[in-house]
Amino acid sequence: MGAQLRVYRQKIKSAQTTKKITRAMELISASRIQKAQARVAASEPYSTAITRAVSAVASYSNVAHVLTTEPERIDRAAIVIFTSDRGLAGAFNSQVLREAEELTELLKSQGKAVEYFLVGRKSVGYFNFRHRAFERSWIGGTDNPDFDTAKEIADAVLEAFLRDAADGGVDEIHIVYNRFVSRITQVPVVTRLLPLEVVESDEAPEASTKHEVFPLYEFEPDAETVLDGLLPVYIESRIYNAMLQSSAAKHAATQKAMKSASDNADKLITDYTRLANNARQSEITQQISEIVGGADALSSAK
Amino acid sequence: MASLNVSVVSADQQVWSGEATMVVARTVEGEIGILPGHEPMLAILAGGEVRVTLPGGEKITANADDGFLSVQANAVQVVASRAELV
Repeated sequence: MGAQLRVYRQKIKSAQTTKKITRAMELISASRIQKAQARVAASEPYSTAITRAVSAVASYSNVAHVLTTEPERIDRAAIVIFTSDRGLAGAFNSQVLREAEELTELLKSQGKAVEYFLVGRKSVGYFNFRHRAFERSWIGGTDNPDFDTAKEIADAVLEAFLRDAADGGVDEIHIVYNRFVSRITQVPVVTRLLPLEVVESDEAPEASTKHEVFPLYEFEPDAETVLDGLLPVYIESRIYNAMLQSSAAKHAATQKAMKSASDNADKLITDYTRLANNARQSEITQQISEIVGGADALSSAK
Repeated sequence: MASLNVSVVSADQQVWSGEATMVVARTVEGEIGILPGHEPMLAILAGGEVRVTLPGGEKITANADDGFLSVQANAVQVVASRAELV
């Protein structure tokens, strides 16, 4: 067998093996998307209940809360970046990190110092590689986020927010994560988590039918304490939601990336098969012409 | 008699929902019982049991901590980061 033919056959083999792996990963993430989506849906009653309660308190009491008041000067800001633990998900992690970098630029241009809270091994790797400092990180468990981690992140973020800026606290907190739109699209989302912007429903009760008018609630013990209890829970639920969205988006991104990898492998296999056939044919042609030439030489020598 | 529409919700799922005649929960100020027609209320829960009495007289008990209770127009929501039926 000719050397060239052997090389082509090797390449076909390796493309086939790669295809088997990418195909398996594609199927795995396809099944995981569904689970992740179901978890997003299952957590919905909780977040709607909390959002409703928070807006109810906010619209019927004029309680100024430390989490909702805009500080006069914002010197330090924190960004919470939600990436995944594993790669092989196309632009999933890079687009979140790019958004975070853009946000950093913006905040720095406003004269704010930026601190980072990182979720997911990929963002930690990104920061370590560039020798950049970050406040805290959480790795492991981004494929299947649990509420305890969300609580831990919320506690850390709130703690940093409530600390004085002079002691290394921050005055505002942004989150950057991938939102699951569909199996095809995942969009990076940048929102400011703290201070909270409470949309008061009494501003335009009739104008929008979406905002329901809340009844006059009785608060127990009082509006202030209720708000005190609710707001941290609200933050937790927002962070938990971001984690769930991010994990669903990660699985969708992996599926998409692995699908195109399998397609590419398919194309490689066809191309190399053609080339290998070509090489084999030319080898045969050469052998025939050698034989014919040899026979010719023998007969003409006689 | 009107009945209450109760749902018990935890962070990752809806634990239970259905009709009930009475809900008893522990708020930070003490136990509170809610019957149909209760005024709208928002209360912070103290950790402990939430007892729901069904129309048939059966009782359902759920453990809920770190959450709140909202009552509005005969809809009762028990919302806690961790809640489970006993």
